[in-house]
Amino acid sequence: MCLAIPARVVEIADNDQAVVDLGGVKKDVSLALVEDVRVGDYVIVHVGYALTRLDPEEAHKTLALMAEAGLNPEAA
Amino acid sequence: MSGTVKKGYARPLDLKHGRVDLSHGGGGRAMVQLITELFANHLGNEYLAQGNDGTVLPIGTSHGPGRLVVSTDSHVVSPLFFPGGDIGCLSVHGTVNDVAVMGATPLYLTAGFILEEGFPLADLARIVTSMARAAADAGVKLVAGDTKVVEQGKGDGVFITTTGVGFLPEGVCLGGDQARPGDAVLVSGHIGDHGVAIMGRRENLSFDAPIQSDTAALNGLTAAMLASGARLRLMRDPTRGGLAATLNEIAHQSGVGIHLDEAAIPVRPEVEAACELLGLDPLNIANEGKLIAVCAAEDADALLGAMRAHPQGRDATRIGRVTDDPNRFVQMTTRLGGRRMVDWLAGEQLPRIC
Amino acid sequence: MKYVDEFRDGEIAKNIAAHIAAEADPARRYAFMEFCGGHTHAISRYGVPDLLPANVRMVHGPGCPVCVLPIGRIDQVIRLATQRNVIVCTYADTLRVPASDNLSLMRAKARGGDIRMVYSVADALKVARDNPGREVMFFAIGFETTTPPTAVAILQARAEGLKNFSALCCHVLTPPAMRHLLDAPPIPGTPAEDLAGFVGPAHVSTVIGSRPYEFVAADYGKPVVIAGFEPLDVMQAILMLIRQVNQGRAEVENEFTRAVTREGNLKAQGLVNEVLELRESFEWRGLGQVPFSALRIRDAYGEFDAERRFDMPYQAVADNKACECGAILRGEKRPVDCKIFGTVCTPENPVGSCMVSSEGACAAHYTYGRYRDEVAA
Repeated sequence: MCLAIPARVVEIADNDQAVVDLGGVKKDVSLALVEDVRVGDYVIVHVGYALTRLDPEEAHKTLALMAEAGLNPEAA
Repeated sequence: MSGTVKKGYARPLDLKHGRVDLSHGGGGRAMVQLITELFANHLGNEYLAQGNDGTVLPIGTSHGPGRLVVSTDSHVVSPLFFPGGDIGCLSVHGTVNDVAVMGATPLYLTAGFILEEGFPLADLARIVTSMARAAADAGVKLVAGDTKVVEQGKGDGVFITTTGVGFLPEGVCLGGDQARPGDAVLVSGHIGDHGVAIMGRRENLSFDAPIQSDTAALNGLTAAMLASGARLRLMRDPTRGGLAATLNEIAHQSGVGIHLDEAAIPVRPEVEAACELLGLDPLNIANEGKLIAVCAAEDADALLGAMRAHPQGRDATRIGRVTDDPNRFVQMTTRLGGRRMVDWLAGEQLPRIC
Repeated sequence: MKYVDEFRDGEIAKNIAAHIAAEADPARRYAFMEFCGGHTHAISRYGVPDLLPANVRMVHGPGCPVCVLPIGRIDQVIRLATQRNVIVCTYADTLRVPASDNLSLMRAKARGGDIRMVYSVADALKVARDNPGREVMFFAIGFETTTPPTAVAILQARAEGLKNFSALCCHVLTPPAMRHLLDAPPIPGTPAEDLAGFVGPAHVSTVIGSRPYEFVAADYGKPVVIAGFEPLDVMQAILMLIRQVNQGRAEVENEFTRAVTREGNLKAQGLVNEVLELRESFEWRGLGQVPFSALRIRDAYGEFDAERRFDMPYQAVADNKACECGAILRGEKRPVDCKIFGTVCTPENPVGSCMVSSEGACAAHYTYGRYRDEVAA
């Protein structure tokens, strides 16, 4: 219910702080709620905090599923 | 001690380190000095030099048959200096544009300043030189002005009110009530730049490709559009409230509906990203160097050609059409292919978390 | 924007819409509740209903934390700002919610209350550091997505030894609200009557995981599909729900696999558990008292609890009689069923909270969708 957006981590600083990039816009966020985040990872950001890492493989799978032309075998 | 101070020597304003104080608004010598050394120095011309309570202008005698267009705007932007501009040039552009979109040639401006005690003269000088440059570029002259000073804490540094006067030749009849079903709706370029430049600063966003305010005088563009031969119904600049507010105003005034194509509305990627981060909609964000035009559909291509040939209109494009709608709704086909309304906001757009 | 734009693609939307149209059984009517206000907003903003067949309908749920804030909570905050000279820091969403005496936080601010909008709770901590001589209170609203940042902030305040920072904890929980809705007997003739399943919240689920929804399938036999935030996610989730209904299944499925796992974010859950605990009961606008549905600050962190610090007991205040926010939040009525929708109650003059928040069903419908009413009329 909460406005959150995926952004790429471009810099990691001390104190659980990081800089993320969304479409060329950079913002400071906190990494206090996540672990093992590396530069280049995508995280979901909400009110200035990274909530979780985004899994790029799952993202591709989901998109492929949505774009598939084939029908679900159980459908009529 | 040499004792050879020239007779009549008056210490000049300290534009580097000095600050506005209450005497500058008092009507006495300090105020005259501020006006002479700062305002008139940069903004002066033969009209301002008349030096009377009211300035006499030759309008009506030198332009042929026509009418006057007058517009006024107050500027309270904060911060005063922002990427791409400042309150000075903004106050010139805003009023020049309000006159220009009526199809008039902007000629004269007045400016009223409310200064806060303690405001650095160096910043005031920056603002005034910026105004002078903007006025010269737009071909307008400042013909009257006023200065007041309020106590510290009672003003936000500086507030500026500008009034513009322009000449509208006979036969030009643009207005918000002129849009007709079937007409084309055009925009002169990317939307949302100004608001995001300001808000991005406030929210500590930083940009790879920095977003500058688009503040600019549009009278060159409007002149080119009027000369294009297109049947222009109206032009309007989407400032506060953004595209959404302006289109809704037009729909209401003209008693029509408007239908937009979201994919056609130009928004810079960084502006879009900043809006996502802050929970804002680019359609509601202020623009200070763009205009909306409505014209007969058959003339849209010719009008776009004229706009794109001008530096202020390079990215002009068609974004929708006027429809027959008794409800006067502004609607949009979304990028997804669905439909939604484009309403004007109840109040100021606030960033959201939800 | 990567991982955003791809999920808004119009061509793929058409593809999913075609599948939905092909698989929705014309002899059935499907009503699904999108619990989360963010989904309500996305559905309206992109015009998703236009891509669904007539027999597939979305019902709005109570997942809008601003919408479910009772008037009494806003009154508490207003009192603190105007009577106790506390600096109040709040997310922008709450500023226009109407409260008692014709006030709102925005109006209280106009009357001199020091009420400041913040984008993040971290900004509130900064206000506290910058104003050591004043009390600073953070209005902590939101579902499980917004709760972990509050917990982190309180832990940080403790670590820094901040003496002037507190929070009014109004964080609410999704699964108990869903259970409360499911327990209420369905009222014939209402949108929620033939509710066949739920579109589960996106970002709440990144924190709590998909496990907490399993009771909906197990105890109530209704499918849940957790959907991402973008319009394609919502449409794909609707397709998955239709398939479950057609196949007679009731399971928790996850469409938002790129960000949601079964267990969720354990680190965030741990931090929340450290600082906050369940309230026995909490009043929700529209739902009344809901047991074990909200959180409060633990005794161990009691000095950061605004309710204790300022000795501010909560006083319930009834909603405006004409306001149908309650029924709308429960899915019993649609915004147009409310007599004052769009006339007395508009975004400029909201009577109830559903018209204030951009995710409220009424605001979403008014702002994005009311042209449909004219067409239907």
